[in-house]
Amino acid sequence: MKRWQVFTNGIFRENPIFRLVLGMCPTLAISTAVANALGMGLAATFVLVCSNVIISLLRNVIPDEVRIPCYIVVVATFVTIVDKVMAASAPGLHKVLGIFIPLIVVNCIILGRAEAFASKNSVGRSFMDGLGMGLGFTLGLLLLSAIREPLGEGTFLVAKDFGFPGLGLISEGNRAKIFVMAPGAFITLGLLLAGINKLAAKLTAARAHTKKGGE
Amino acid sequence: METKQLTVSPAPHIRSRNSTPGIMWSVVTALIPAATVGVFFFGRPALVVIAVSIFAAVLAEALCQRIMGRRITVGDGSAVVTGLLLALSLPPELPWWMTMFGAFFAIIIGKQVFGGLGHNLFNPALAGRAFLLASWANPMMTWKWPAGSLLWAGKSADAVASATMLELARKGFFAQHGVSVPYSQLFMGNIAGSIGETSALALLVGAVFLLAFQVIDWRIPLGYLGTLAALAVLSGQDPVFHLLSGGVLLGAFFMATDYVTTPVTSGGRFFFGLGCGVLTFLIRIYGGYPEGVTYAILLMNAAAPLLEKATIPKRFGEVRANG
Repeated sequence: MKRWQVFTNGIFRENPIFRLVLGMCPTLAISTAVANALGMGLAATFVLVCSNVIISLLRNVIPDEVRIPCYIVVVATFVTIVDKVMAASAPGLHKVLGIFIPLIVVNCIILGRAEAFASKNSVGRSFMDGLGMGLGFTLGLLLLSAIREPLGEGTFLVAKDFGFPGLGLISEGNRAKIFVMAPGAFITLGLLLAGINKLAAKLTAARAHTKKGGE
Repeated sequence: METKQLTVSPAPHIRSRNSTPGIMWSVVTALIPAATVGVFFFGRPALVVIAVSIFAAVLAEALCQRIMGRRITVGDGSAVVTGLLLALSLPPELPWWMTMFGAFFAIIIGKQVFGGLGHNLFNPALAGRAFLLASWANPMMTWKWPAGSLLWAGKSADAVASATMLELARKGFFAQHGVSVPYSQLFMGNIAGSIGETSALALLVGAVFLLAFQVIDWRIPLGYLGTLAALAVLSGQDPVFHLLSGGVLLGAFFMATDYVTTPVTSGGRFFFGLGCGVLTFLIRIYGGYPEGVTYAILLMNAAAPLLEKATIPKRFGEVRANG
């Protein structure tokens, strides 16, 4: 696989949310607002890229028997950096994301990429993989929250920390509150998964068809 | 020479004449009294809610089946039943578009996503109602008394005019003002509440029809209402009030008896009703909402497969291992 393909792999073919179905806990919990999704996605992307690079650098040094604790130490370091930086620069967002920032340490996507990719690949490829996976995660969160926030809160992209008032779309009494509650998260994710699976199946079928025609 | 034609066929040899459309349309028929009384008491807004709900449910069913490439079966009446039941469990003045979304949710998420009629885990009408209650709590709990029926006009009119009997009882209204529960109104239905739940009389007429033609199993409503009444007596409350107020009659006879979402075994059905009764009572007394029929039945729907497993009758001659 070329480097570019390693990058796009995380965004489409192996999108962590919609194709691998990883990192569901933060996905369901914080996709209530677009700003939260963006903050969470970028934080996870930063951690993913940095930890992938460091773990790839150390891949010949880390003993196999204790690799998971080693990965966690690396990941936790970057999570602590993100946590402190966000607390200082965007305290409102930091408060909303709350426990889910420290929980990036045990995010399946990050440990999964460390185990499945960074520990076996070169630094450059691990960097591209981390970036692709991180952006794929961010895009997935944005898609979910771009549906949930307007329907449930009646707004779009409210980000008070950055002085962004957001768009008001639906008046107070008419908002479908269920979409910012837990059932709304599952329903939205389920419907999106169904749609994307259908689309993926169609694309695969079309590709197989053109390949056959070419032979 | 005369030859006799004999048909050779595998079992089953005895077939019931029941069919899905037959059952569904008889449920619709049984709901007509309740719907009529609801429209009579609450007027045109109630009619709008009923019409929008049925139309949206049928439309959603047809569209879903078309998109999914299934056979379109709106003629079997199951979507009409869902739409009608949903409408009867809604407040009479709910905005039409909320009703529409409720019916869409009931059919699309409550039923078609699971694979259509016969595959859904939860009662679609109640799923739609739960969706509306979670989404738009205020309009879903805004009640209205039928014109001229309010008894206690002088007594804190504001608090009374928009409250159901259960809400009044919860606030201790009857004890506070020394007024007795108006049983005849509770029975006739000229009180505040959902369109189809207020009139015990109309619901009982429909229920007798369904029981007489054996469309529904008596075990579920008996288990449900019996448990609720027994718990009320045991805790020193008024069992008649508990049975007549709120949506328990509508739920016990028309929603908890849905074939798809309840156990198929006789024992399972009884315990299903019993569970509904316990949960309804607990939510009414200790829960955050004044009425608990919706969540009681939905929770028991989730337990239905377990109840079925636990109550499979012993086959003749069968010896259970570890008996």
